[in-house]
Amino acid sequence: MDITSDTHSQHISRQFNQELEELKTHLMAMGGLVEKQVQDAVFALLEGDTRLAEQVRDNDRQVNALQLQIDDECTRVLARRQPAASDLRLVLAVIRATSDLERIGDEASKIARNALLLSESTSTIRGLVEVRHISEHVRKMLRDALTAFARFDTDLAMQVVREDELVDDEYSSAMRSLMTFMMEDSRSITSVLSIMWVLRALERVGDHADNLAEYVVYLVKGLDIRHSDPDNLDPQGLKKP
Amino acid sequence: MLAPLHSVNTSQPPVTHFPPEHCCLSIDHLSLAYAGKEALRDLTLSIPRHRVTAFIGPSGCGKSTLLRAINRLHDLNEAVSHSGQIVLEGQDIHGPQVNVTELRRRVGMVFQTPNPFPMSIYENVAFGLRLQQRLPKRKRDDIIEWALTSAALWDEVKDRLHRSAWQLSGGQQQRLVIARTLAVKPDVLLLDEPASALDPISTLKIEELIRNLKSELTLVLVTHNMQQAARVSDYTAFLHQGELIEYGPTDQLFTNPRLQRTENYITGRVT
Repeated sequence: MDITSDTHSQHISRQFNQELEELKTHLMAMGGLVEKQVQDAVFALLEGDTRLAEQVRDNDRQVNALQLQIDDECTRVLARRQPAASDLRLVLAVIRATSDLERIGDEASKIARNALLLSESTSTIRGLVEVRHISEHVRKMLRDALTAFARFDTDLAMQVVREDELVDDEYSSAMRSLMTFMMEDSRSITSVLSIMWVLRALERVGDHADNLAEYVVYLVKGLDIRHSDPDNLDPQGLKKP
Repeated sequence: MLAPLHSVNTSQPPVTHFPPEHCCLSIDHLSLAYAGKEALRDLTLSIPRHRVTAFIGPSGCGKSTLLRAINRLHDLNEAVSHSGQIVLEGQDIHGPQVNVTELRRRVGMVFQTPNPFPMSIYENVAFGLRLQQRLPKRKRDDIIEWALTSAALWDEVKDRLHRSAWQLSGGQQQRLVIARTLAVKPDVLLLDEPASALDPISTLKIEELIRNLKSELTLVLVTHNMQQAARVSDYTAFLHQGELIEYGPTDQLFTNPRLQRTENYITGRVT
């Protein structure tokens, strides 16, 4: 049975409605913060803004604190309410999602650290075009995954799942170009390696956004589509409610 | 877990069927009325052998009525009329050849409040046995020990078998009643809110007992406590206003029910 975004506000216990609503609100707040972290980290790298990079690095503590807070709230709901059906799926999806968001936060920190390293480089930095391109792609994925979560929209979630394959292809292709740069000019190796780490971090952000989208399908449909090929899923069963 | 065949038409109440070799009880288009007032409406479901099946639903939904119908307790009430069939191991329980006493031996029942007889622990368990057949004392003692052990009570009472059963705690009394039922070797055990009058620890002991008894017989449990149904049962049926709304594997019903009405009930939503 499919559920909608107001399903969790119809309990006899208003307190329970409020607790589940808070879980969603706090998860969205964490999602917003993490999205901004990725955006700022990439901007700091592309524009050489060291102050912004330091700020991203420092803000990671806030992301971690939010993960602990939301996990704690989930534990409390499990212990006190023993949720079932869609309520249980919401709590499980939120627990899983905070873990992925926290990891995205870590990737943003990595990008910021590499931005600081690259700011010290005196030579021209190669590979920024690839960073800009892939970052735009994964940021859209992350934004869409969070929107899908907020709206319980499985169509949008499935779109994110499919996008991840494209990002993986773009990542492989960018890696090949960067290898060529290193072979052409050995002095660029240090900076190109940094860019490779950044691309790797962005590719991981895409993977985590893909995971978030899969949790939306689990939450709304009760279907666990992790480890399944998106092309083999029944499009009927995944139709928007 | 047995593989049930689900009906796919969501406009009909979903029915879980079991192949005949796994089916213990089969209820077919059962309707029942108290003095003309309909209490059960056209119920069809089958109950698998050596599994725990729970009936859940709000007060007055008909779950206890259905349970009582399975061992013909409604026969005692002249105002009750029914149509449809209940088939136990291939035999219609309302068939002309059926001996009701024998049926109630095969289908034991345990109620909400423990009801030990005003006699010793030993005599309580021996009671059904004595009615049924004359046995040498040695053989009877063996069966009593087996029944009390199966009901997880032997260790607590083996040194005071001849004391009054009323000296036992509520949880022990309920296990004694289960032992009394087991002594006559039933095929099915019906449990009507067996733990609702007990404290949490006694409740857990009863639940553990229910799980362990699965290998011996088929259990059908009526409970208001949804967590209890989720903890002990393999299959759950949700009834509402005398109708079967949803029936399926407990894991599925409590994580992803098929119907909105089931979801609303198990998650405590306004219906």
